[in-house]
Amino acid sequence: MTSETHEVEHDIHDHPTNRTYILIGIVLTVLTLLEIGGYVLEENGTFAPGTAALVISVLSAAKFILVVMFYMHLKFDSRVFTGVFLFPAALATLAIAALFVLYHVLGQQGNTYKLI
Amino acid sequence: MDHAAAATLPDAHPDHLDTSTGVDSRKLAFWTFIGSECLLFGTLIATYMVYKGASRVPPYPHDTVVNGQAYEGILDIPLTSLSTFILLMSSVAMVLALSAVQRGDRAWGRNWLIITAALGATFLGFQVYEFNHFYHAGLKLSTNLFGATFFTLTGFHGAHVTAGVIYLLTLALLVHRGRIGPEKSITVEIAGLYWHFVDVIWIVIFPLVYLIR
Repeated sequence: MTSETHEVEHDIHDHPTNRTYILIGIVLTVLTLLEIGGYVLEENGTFAPGTAALVISVLSAAKFILVVMFYMHLKFDSRVFTGVFLFPAALATLAIAALFVLYHVLGQQGNTYKLI
Repeated sequence: MDHAAAATLPDAHPDHLDTSTGVDSRKLAFWTFIGSECLLFGTLIATYMVYKGASRVPPYPHDTVVNGQAYEGILDIPLTSLSTFILLMSSVAMVLALSAVQRGDRAWGRNWLIITAALGATFLGFQVYEFNHFYHAGLKLSTNLFGATFFTLTGFHGAHVTAGVIYLLTLALLVHRGRIGPEKSITVEIAGLYWHFVDVIWIVIFPLVYLIR
């Protein structure tokens, strides 16, 4: 075995196995079904609109974290990559949150129509 | 392998390289690109959120009542849920493609890359159908604020998926010809980063646009 092959195999062992990847795929599918369930429960009046939005947002964040950590290997790779990704991602999230609060909470823009 | 030797092998994939950052410069460059893409999609999503619910003329995204008149929502949640599932499954196929290439399984490396691209193309087919349906239902880019922000946001995402499908098919051809093996698996890993990023963006877009009213 050459030293290069050894290095590649070492890297493979650091990453999750195919079984883990498939398991995460199943978890992502379940989380998506729960998100859709949140939407349906809001439609039939079981969930209040705010509650449904919160539940769906949390499930979406969990899916985001799973993909980034395991499929994009941030959990196993150098922290430098995590920093390079998280800083702009956090900045984008902050911009979205700030504008949403500015227009929909402080600005009282709200919906121009009534949802049914 | 010592660090100096690692640095002289451009396609080696060790844990620590003799670069100024100690990490592979190609991956660092690609993560930086992904960071810039976060800001691009951040602005598009922010714009959508700012104008969410601000349209004054139909069609509206969800079932609504305006001045006592009921309007049926234009979004097709079951259809988009299916296309979301397909894009998620393409991410699973992508990690399996990388795994196959890393262990030197050329046939399955190629096959999983083709499957990933096919699932991506299917997602695009759903998007083309959706855009076509919306157009015929009277929703255009200039119809209202929902149309303008929706087509811009999902259109940019669709353009990224299209680029990804072409990227993956090119890689599948290179793997098929034996030009990419375990020693060059970082090429597939970087393509995987792009593809998973496209998936991650949809993970954000799907609830914000379709599920949260």
